[in-house]
Amino acid sequence: MGDAAKNIDSTSNTALYINAAVVIRKNEVIRNGNLVFSSQQESLPAFLGDLHHFTGAKYQRFYKMDALSKLGWLAAELLLDDHYKSMEYDPAKQGIILSNANSSLDTDIRYQESMAAIPSPAIFVYTLPNIVIGEIAIRHGIKGENAFFIFEKFNAQFIEQYVSVLLNNNILHACVCGWVDVLAKQYDAAFFLVEKIGREGSKPFNAGILNKIYQ
Amino acid sequence: MEKLMSDLKEQIIAQLNLQDMKPEDIGDDQPLFIEGLGLDSIDALELIVLLQQQYKIKISNADEGPKVFRSVRTMAEYITAHQTTNV
Repeated sequence: MGDAAKNIDSTSNTALYINAAVVIRKNEVIRNGNLVFSSQQESLPAFLGDLHHFTGAKYQRFYKMDALSKLGWLAAELLLDDHYKSMEYDPAKQGIILSNANSSLDTDIRYQESMAAIPSPAIFVYTLPNIVIGEIAIRHGIKGENAFFIFEKFNAQFIEQYVSVLLNNNILHACVCGWVDVLAKQYDAAFFLVEKIGREGSKPFNAGILNKIYQ
Repeated sequence: MEKLMSDLKEQIIAQLNLQDMKPEDIGDDQPLFIEGLGLDSIDALELIVLLQQQYKIKISNADEGPKVFRSVRTMAEYITAHQTTNV
């Protein structure tokens, strides 16, 4: 956490809201409880390609990303809707807090395999889990606090505590948080948009609700 | 030279994952970086790898990079010159 985290007062809790949620797994995308996309593709790259097409983004940089960044980028793309953009938050007050179980291992393995010939610089740059945060930040102009944590499994309690500190202490006004994990054919993403101001359909931001949406 | 430039365009598209782009979309003299194809510094490293993998040419002097990778034509000229001198 940077200088902005000084003088944290974790007792000044105010109401925080989950204003949007996106879960991507088993070839399906659930947004705010509704199935918005499904695909019959058998491979993860093909599924992610279809989902990118579905978003209509036509983002050239997408094709250069590793699977972890593609998955996180797509989850954020579906999470941050026009309503969020209309809030026009200060870029420095928007943050990203993500987590997973396998770090960047999927890409680390690919990079190790590329070393048999000439190591690929394009793969190497994705051999850190927090690169996905950078890709999302570039896309959405987010410049506030960010961090990537590794847990054995989805840790709703940690997300609640960490993100609450950031918002309750005015370090952030809005935060993209959640889980994005890829290893070989296995993938799982659950992103939440947490803000101080609720809107129609908002849910309270707490570990119980996070777990309920994640399940 | 024309055949080499055509091959290079296909190899650049494959190496850099330039989806939705076809060889004919890349001009022989079109700048590869910034205002041209918009390639970045990681792409530059991938082009160096391409030269090593496909043509067994190493760029030993970093100062040569901007001249060599200015366009597909300058890349082809560099390959032609160095393959001749290496044989």
